[in-house]
Amino acid sequence: MNALRKLTWIEFKLFVRDPLSMVFTLLLPFFFLIVLNGVFGNEPELDPEEDVWFGVGPADYYVPAYIGLVMAAIGVLSLPVRLATYRELGVLRRFRASSMPLWAVLTGQIIITLAVAVVGGVSIALASAIVYGTHFPNSFPLFALGFGLSALSFAALGVFLGSVLPTARSAQGAGLMLFFVMFLLSGVGPPRDALSGGMRTVGDALPLTYVVQILQGAWLQSSWDVTASFVVLGILAGASLLSFRLFRWE
Amino acid sequence: MRESAITVSHLGKRYGATVALDDLSLEVERGEIFGIIGPNGSGKTTTVECIQGLRQPDSGEIRVLGIDPLRERSRLRTLVGSQLQESALPDRIRVWEALDLFAAISPNSMDWQELVDDWGLREKWNSGFADLSGGQRQRLLVALALVNRPEIVFLDEMTTGLDPASRRVAWDLIEEIRQRGTTVVLITHFMDEAEHLCDRIAVVDHGRVIANGTPAELVDTYGGQASVLFSTEADGLDWLEEVPGAERVERIGNQVAVYGSGPLLAYTGAALVTHGIAPLDLRAGHRSLEDAFLNLTKTRAGST
Repeated sequence: MNALRKLTWIEFKLFVRDPLSMVFTLLLPFFFLIVLNGVFGNEPELDPEEDVWFGVGPADYYVPAYIGLVMAAIGVLSLPVRLATYRELGVLRRFRASSMPLWAVLTGQIIITLAVAVVGGVSIALASAIVYGTHFPNSFPLFALGFGLSALSFAALGVFLGSVLPTARSAQGAGLMLFFVMFLLSGVGPPRDALSGGMRTVGDALPLTYVVQILQGAWLQSSWDVTASFVVLGILAGASLLSFRLFRWE
Repeated sequence: MRESAITVSHLGKRYGATVALDDLSLEVERGEIFGIIGPNGSGKTTTVECIQGLRQPDSGEIRVLGIDPLRERSRLRTLVGSQLQESALPDRIRVWEALDLFAAISPNSMDWQELVDDWGLREKWNSGFADLSGGQRQRLLVALALVNRPEIVFLDEMTTGLDPASRRVAWDLIEEIRQRGTTVVLITHFMDEAEHLCDRIAVVDHGRVIANGTPAELVDTYGGQASVLFSTEADGLDWLEEVPGAERVERIGNQVAVYGSGPLLAYTGAALVTHGIAPLDLRAGHRSLEDAFLNLTKTRAGST
């Protein structure tokens, strides 16, 4: 237990010292937020025929979406790159030879994912509320539940990607591609209703799409997207199971 | 008979078509510094990884302090320390953070501040791993191997990357580790290091132990002919051929060389004194572990 506490704390410090992680999880979502809010403002579209923002102002629409993006950045980029780097450098080998248990290594990463998602999410919600006057979650319990499920799911996805991508370079390449495709097609950049049919189909295959649906449902309408939550739960179970089988120390 | 710390019998391991270990057996006694030397790719590292339960051999049996490393890996880990080849730490972890972390893993860890001083890491203790020199990294990894007060410590190419002065310091520290009762298994390709430090040595080649013994035994058996050199102006030295162990005598001017085997220097000296000759420069031609090692492995050098 002591080892897990120390490892998690050190990993947290390493996260903060790592420019890639900091830029993609904590800086870039803010940058997108400023740019898109600058473009779209926060006036709801009154014509239901034209509305792509679920009846709320664009800035309000984006708050839960960006909270999802923070998790995605950790899950597809920061965590897999860290694990793959550790394997490539022999850090995992070093851990293993010193009887650092695997569960402690992975639990540490999951705790950090949750912690960073909370820090990122709270800062986005606060900043957006202060600067653009956006609202807080309609249903806090539902949102907290959706948040926990989504963050765990992305943590599992991150461990899975970190288990199958052999090198830091490949993890970075795959992670960056996934990150930007998800940003553009999961409703975090342009709203999903503004996308063409083909783009929406691609978006349907991306985990962030469902995470955003859950988070927006709870935040904007106090509703729970049952279908999306089953998909996210499926990703959590599938990724955990596969990482369990595919994880390699070296 | 001394208690054995490690017993390895008939170890076999293949990687695809490559035979890494071929019926390898060795025994390490408690409290000794045991050296494993051999050419690159001879199976040294694989052997040590199998002993630590990090790799599963295809055949053979291993006991470490009575423990089967594959069955009771976690119990074994609390008793051994390991400085692995090709292992590293995260780039941005600080020296003290690494020591603190690895001390937390093990229940009976020592005060890591002591290791910081012993291994000369005090002035670097707040530096990131990536900012350390090769020698400093190596010293940190050795310190990490010792933090759990292991009964056996494995040091794989420990002094690679260390400058000559640091190597000497490392040697002294290893002697000290042994004096505290820790068994040391040392993999090295520095023959002077093995000769200086090790109580016993196994020479590994092509996955087998091709020779083992104390450094002196290896040098005597495989180091080639012993020789004794001196200079004298006296003539008629035919009786030198009668010295026990002598096989051949050569003379160039005043310089005389006696070649042979066994304790040649002592017998030659005695014979010279008996004949009233006491050369000031009587000495043994130097044979080192390196000679023995080259003789043992050279026959195969062409094929690798």
